[in-house]
Amino acid sequence: MPNMRLDKVKMPEQAPDIRNKNFEEVARGYTEDMAIEEATRCLHCKQRFCVAGCPVNVPIPEFIEEVAKGDFEKAYEVITSENALPAICGRVCPQENQCEGKCIRGKKGESVAIGRLERFVADYVMNHTDITIEKAGSNGIKVAVVGAGPAGLTCAGELAKMGYEVTLFEALHEVGGVLVYGIPEFRLPKELVAKEVQKIVDLGVRIEKNVIIGKSITIDELIEEGYSAIFVGSGAGLPNFMHIEGENLNGVYSANEFLTRSNLMKAYDFPNHPTPIFVGSKVAVVGGGNVAMDAARTAKRLGADEVYIIYRRGEEELPARREEIHHAKEEGIIFKLLCNPVKIHGKEGRVSHIECVNMELGEPDASGRRRPVVQEGSEHLLDMDTVIIAIGQSPNPLIRSTTPGLDVQKWGGIIVNEETMETSKENVYAGGDVVTGAATVILAMGAGKKAAHAIHEKLKK
Amino acid sequence: MYKIVAKQKLNHLVEKMVIHAPFVARKCMPGQFIILCVEEGDERIPLTIQDYDREKETVSIIYQIVGYSTQKLAQKEVGDTLAHFAGPLGVASVLHNSKRRVLGIGGGVGAAPLYPQIKELQAQGVSCDVILGGRDKDYVILQDEFKAVSNELFFATDDGSLGTKGFVTTVLNELLAKGRQYDEVIAIGPLPMMKAVVSVTKPLNIPTMVSMNPIMIDGTGMCGGCRVTVGGQTKFACVDGPDFDGFEVDFDEAMRRQSMYKKQEQHICNLKLGGGTNA
Ligand SMILES: Cc1cc2nc3c(=O)[nH]c(=O)nc-3n(C[C@H](O)[C@H](O)[C@H](O)COP(=O)(O)OP(=O)(O)OC[C@H]3O[C@@H](n4cnc5c(N)ncnc54)[C@H](O)[C@@H]3O)c2cc1C
Ligand SMILES: Cc1cc2nc3c(=O)[nH]c(=O)nc-3n(C[C@H](O)[C@H](O)[C@H](O)COP(=O)(O)OP(=O)(O)OC[C@H]3O[C@@H](n4cnc5c(N)ncnc54)[C@H](O)[C@@H]3O)c2cc1C
Ligand code: SF4
Ligand code: SF4
Ligand code: FES
Repeated sequence: MPNMRLDKVKMPEQAPDIRNKNFEEVARGYTEDMAIEEATRCLHCKQRFCVAGCPVNVPIPEFIEEVAKGDFEKAYEVITSENALPAICGRVCPQENQCEGKCIRGKKGESVAIGRLERFVADYVMNHTDITIEKAGSNGIKVAVVGAGPAGLTCAGELAKMGYEVTLFEALHEVGGVLVYGIPEFRLPKELVAKEVQKIVDLGVRIEKNVIIGKSITIDELIEEGYSAIFVGSGAGLPNFMHIEGENLNGVYSANEFLTRSNLMKAYDFPNHPTPIFVGSKVAVVGGGNVAMDAARTAKRLGADEVYIIYRRGEEELPARREEIHHAKEEGIIFKLLCNPVKIHGKEGRVSHIECVNMELGEPDASGRRRPVVQEGSEHLLDMDTVIIAIGQSPNPLIRSTTPGLDVQKWGGIIVNEETMETSKENVYAGGDVVTGAATVILAMGAGKKAAHAIHEKLKK
Repeated sequence: MYKIVAKQKLNHLVEKMVIHAPFVARKCMPGQFIILCVEEGDERIPLTIQDYDREKETVSIIYQIVGYSTQKLAQKEVGDTLAHFAGPLGVASVLHNSKRRVLGIGGGVGAAPLYPQIKELQAQGVSCDVILGGRDKDYVILQDEFKAVSNELFFATDDGSLGTKGFVTTVLNELLAKGRQYDEVIAIGPLPMMKAVVSVTKPLNIPTMVSMNPIMIDGTGMCGGCRVTVGGQTKFACVDGPDFDGFEVDFDEAMRRQSMYKKQEQHICNLKLGGGTNA
C-alpha cells in the first residue's frame, strides 16, 4: 500500500537567518529514512507521466522502487543509465516544470520529490562507495569538445565510454561552465562538480584549460589537426545589458561578473582569495530568473542589508525555479515586481540611485506572457549602492566569427539538425545553450549526449 | 602549468618574463594579451604579449610591480611555473602599413606593448619616430630595442634625467611645433597620458590609436567588467579591443572605472604582503 500523505517529506534546510550569512549549502539532503519514506509515495504508474516530463527519460519509478527497498546502489545504476550527473540535476533541475510537474501525485497534494530522491541517491553513492570507472579501449579516433559546461562534459564522457580519444578545450581556468562560475556554492557545492569532472577524466578525457577556441586555435585548425568530429558546447555566456543611462557607473555589474567574482574567483573569501568584489548596503538585482535569484542571494550573503529583485512582470511570470524564489523570500530578499529601471544615477562616478517606473500587464505577447506596459508618471528613485543586471545572456561571438561556414540564427545561436545536432559544417556538432539560448543544465546534457551518439553513428562507418 | 624559462629585471619595478605557453605562442599577434593566474586560486590579471617565439613556443611579458598579483608574480623565478596562462586575447592591432609616418608614444611600462607594433611597422617599411616617457631614466624601458626599430627616438622624464624634462606631450608638442607631420600616432601608457596625447592630436586631426587597460576577469567577453565607452557605445575591451580610436574613448569614465577597487587593492597588499608599493 503506497504512502498516501499529501506532502513531500520535508527537506532539512539551514534556517533562513543563518544561511543568508554563509555560503554553505542551503538544503541539507534527505537521510536514508526520509528517502525511503518519500519513495513509498510513488504509485508506480503504468503511464509514466513523470518520465515523459524528464528531458533525458530517467527511469523514475524504477529508481524510486530501489530507494524504497533501501538498495541505493541499484537505484544509482538505474538513474545513471540515462543521466550522468544526478547529484547536479537533483539539485538544480526545474523539477516543477519537468518530472515533478507531470507526476500524478501532484494532482492532489504535492508530487513525489523526484529531484530530492535523485540527489539523495547520488550523494549516498558518492559518500559510501568507491565507484571504479573502467576506461574503454581506445578506437584511435580523435574528437574535440569545446567548452566544459554540462553539454561538453556529457558529450566528452559519452564519447570516451565508446572508446574515442576525446580532448576537451575550456577557455577558463576551471572546468564546469555555469556550474562553477554561475551557480553559487550554497546551491551547488563546487566540490561536487569537481567529483563529477574527475569521473570524466577517469574515463580518459584529456582536458586542456586556458584554450579559447577561435583565439588560441580555430575550429578549422582543429579539423586540420586530425580531429574527426568537433562538438561545440560553448554556452550562452555573453551578458546582455539594458542600454540605459548610467550603466557604466562604478557599482553596476552584469550578473555574470558579480557571480564569477564570487563563485569562480571566490571573492566571498577575500582577502584569502585576492579577487575583490563590491557590495555596499543596498543592492538592486534587475531580472527574475535563476540568475537574478542567485545574484540577489549572493549579495545578501556578502553582507548587503537590503537586496531588491526588480522585475518588470508579476509574480506568476517570474521565470526562476519556484524553490529559489521561495528560498530568496525566506532569506529576506525584497521583491519589487511590475517595476522597471529606466536610469541609474551616480555620485562621483558611483551608483547612488536607481530610477524605476511601475508597469501594468497588458495583452499577451508572442511568448504568451502578458506584456508589461509603463504606467505614466510612475517614475521614482530608490537609494542603491550596487546594481546587478541579470536580464539574460546570449552566445559569445568568438566561435561563430572565426568559423566560416557555420550557420547561426540572427541572435547568434548555432543552427543544428535537431536529430543529430550536426551544424551546417560537416562533422561539427553543437548543443546546449549555444544552440538554444540560455536554458537548463539537463537540456544541455541531453544535447551533449545526443550529439555523442550521432557522432558515433557517423564515425563508426 | 606554464614554465618560466627566463626572467630579467628592467628596473627596480619592471621585469620581463619568458613563459612556455604553446597555444599562445603559436597564434599571437602584436596588440594581443594574455591572462594569467600566478598560483591556483589567484586573481586573473591581463598582461600584453611583448614578444613571442613560435619555434620555442614561448611568450614574453613585461610587467610593472604595482600591487598584490604583480608582486606575487615577481617572486617567481626561472624554472617555477605559473598556474594559468590563457590567450592570445583581444584583437591584433590594425597596423596601417599604408601610413608613411607613424609616431609611437610609450609611457612607462606602455613601452612594452608598443614595441612589437613599432617593430612590425618598421619591418613593413614604415618610418616610425618614438617618444618614450618615464619617471626617471631607470623607468624608460627597452631603450636599445626601440633604437633598433625607430627612425628617431626621443625621451621625456619627470626629472630630466633622460631627454626632455617633462611629459611625453612636451616632446610631442615640440615635434609638431617644428613642423613634423605624422599620419598616425599610437599612444600606449597610463590613462592620463593617453588622454593628454589625444588632447593634442585631436584638434590637429592626427588619427590616434590608444590601448585600453580596464579591470578584467575572463578576457573572453563573459563578464562585461572591461566595458569602455567608445563613440558613445559600450565596448568590451577584451574582445573589441584593447586598441581603440583615441578620439572616441571616454577617458574620464575609464579612469573612474579603473579605480573601482582601490580600497580593496590597498587592503590586500598591506595585509598579505606587508605594505604596498604605492605605485
Ligand atoms: C547563475 C545561473 C543560474 C542557473 N541556474 C540554473 C538552475 O537552477 N537549473 C538549471 O537547469 N539551469 C540553470 N542555469 C542554466 C544552466 O546553467 C545552463 O543552461 C547550462 O549550464 C548550459 O550548459 P552549456 O554546457 O550549454 O554551457 P555553459 O555551462 O555555459 O558552459 C560553456 C563552457 O564553454 C566555455 N567556452 C565558451 N566559449 C569558449 C571558447 N571559445 N573556447 C573554449 N571554451 C569556451 C565556457 O567558459 C564554459 O565553461 C543557470 C544559469 C546561470 C548563469
Ligand atoms: C589588456 C591589458 C593589458 C595590460 N598589459 C600590461 C603590461 O603589459 N604590463 C603591465 O605592467 N601591466 C599591464 N596591464 C595592467 C595589469 O593588468 C595590472 O597592472 C595588474 O592587473 C595589476 O594587478 P596587481 O594585483 O598587481 O595590482 P592591484 O593593486 O590589484 O591594482 C593596481 C592597478 O591595476 C589595475 N588592475 C587590478 N586588477 C586588474 C585586473 N584584473 N585587470 C586589469 N587591471 C587591473 C587596477 O585598476 C589598479 O589601478 C594590462 C592591463 C590590460 C587590461
Ligand atoms: S534529470 Fe531532472 S527532470 Fe529528469 S528526473 Fe532528474 S530531476 Fe527530474
Ligand atoms: S508519476 Fe509520480 S507517482 Fe507516478 S510513477 Fe511517476 S513519480 Fe511515481
Ligand atoms: S574581461 Fe570579462 S568581458 Fe572583458
